[in-house]
Amino acid sequence: MTETMVTTGTTTGSGGSRVLGAVTLLGLATLLLFAFGLTEPDVRLHPTTGEEIGQFDAVRLLYLHVPLAVFTYVAFVLCAVASAGYLVRRTPWFDTMAHAAAEVGTVFCGLVLVTGSIWGRPVWNTWWEWGDVRLMTTLVLFLMFAGYLALRRATVDPRAAALRGAVVALVAVLDLPLVNRSVEWWENRTLHQKSTLGELKIQDLTLFTLMLGFLVFGLVLAWLLLHRFRVGWLEREDAELGVATAIAERRAAIDGGDVDAAVGEDA
Amino acid sequence: MSRFLADARLVAAKDLRIEARSRVVLNQVAPFALLVLVLFGFALDADQRTLRAFAPGLFWVAVLLCALLAIQRSVSVEQADGALSGLRLSGMSPAALFVGKASAVFVQLVVLEVLLTAGIIVLYGSEVDQPLLVFATGLLAAVAVACTGTLYGALASGLGVRETLLPILLLPVLAPVLIGATRAFDDALGSAAVDGWSWLGLLAVFAVVATAGGALAFGALVEE
Repeated sequence: MTETMVTTGTTTGSGGSRVLGAVTLLGLATLLLFAFGLTEPDVRLHPTTGEEIGQFDAVRLLYLHVPLAVFTYVAFVLCAVASAGYLVRRTPWFDTMAHAAAEVGTVFCGLVLVTGSIWGRPVWNTWWEWGDVRLMTTLVLFLMFAGYLALRRATVDPRAAALRGAVVALVAVLDLPLVNRSVEWWENRTLHQKSTLGELKIQDLTLFTLMLGFLVFGLVLAWLLLHRFRVGWLEREDAELGVATAIAERRAAIDGGDVDAAVGEDA
Repeated sequence: MSRFLADARLVAAKDLRIEARSRVVLNQVAPFALLVLVLFGFALDADQRTLRAFAPGLFWVAVLLCALLAIQRSVSVEQADGALSGLRLSGMSPAALFVGKASAVFVQLVVLEVLLTAGIIVLYGSEVDQPLLVFATGLLAAVAVACTGTLYGALASGLGVRETLLPILLLPVLAPVLIGATRAFDDALGSAAVDGWSWLGLLAVFAVVATAGGALAFGALVEE
């Protein structure tokens, strides 16, 4: 066989990541308890008619939707930075990180679209609002990163995959500022509200649950990213091991005088 | 600089000569363009009022579908007989190569746009209110699509799944072009009361960024 040794373990788990995973899952359960149990539904009284208005129970989804959206940004920015890093340094670390961040980011982005759509049905009275610039730019973002993942999967040569992926990621991330600033730039072309976090217009348990959401989804991102990165790293090592093994076999064939086997011909 | 332009012209002339002799775009893509217009007619139940109202959007969707085919063709002529290796060894700068390839696609797109414009006038009953706006939109959008398409064609080249991969990579990126060009045509064809000239700005910015970005990134992609 070969003398090449596998340098890392065969699992993506480690002591630290198991603790992180346990904390993340506990946090997720706590968040769900607060979001869907302990917080109040959003019910206000109309100032003149006295009718009950508000988002009612739908508001609970926002404890997931808003943190997910924020960490979608984080993941995609991380992907872009790692892609740029790859173009400069050309090391596998950057490439593996970019791939991992893009994959987790795409999952988050999909969840943002789904939670937003489910929330929009009762509150905006529609699953999908074509006039909303933020919805459109987010969907385009999702599709571009879906294309990124498809490209990476389809490209066999790892160096070509890394290089092409980096170019696609850097183009796709140009959409991020549009998503983020759309509520400011196209105020009357969106149903999304402007950020109210800066002014702390929301209070008490609502604010606590939202902050908990940010913390928990930050942990989810870190946890998934860690494992995805390690999977990517193991895949790369596996591929290198395969090449090293093949080379060693050919060398052994030459040493044994079997030239036909060495050049890949059937004896 | 003159060397750059001479190289780019050489590459563009090569691609257009291949097209002139093989007639793939003329014999296959152009009829496909008209077919798409006819299919839209069937899908919308051949109601000419509806077709006229939506002609700008249908026009640009048809352009994007045809552009996909033209770009696939532009990539595939370099795949045969290791033509790309030959180009790489020719000593031409990758940026010149990019501009040349994109220019050939641009010329083909303009021809298709002219054909499709005639198509929506005849089939949908559209009327050109502002010929200058139609002209400017057609040119800028063709630059944007040709440059972006040439870059993404290089990204998907050499892959067994190129035909299926290119649309998912390219079409989301071209969404701003579709929106901008459709709004400009809305104004130019009198389908909607919008200021088409302001949307032309978006197209111009996109075209400039796509040209510059493509010329920069193309080198890294063909030299991999």
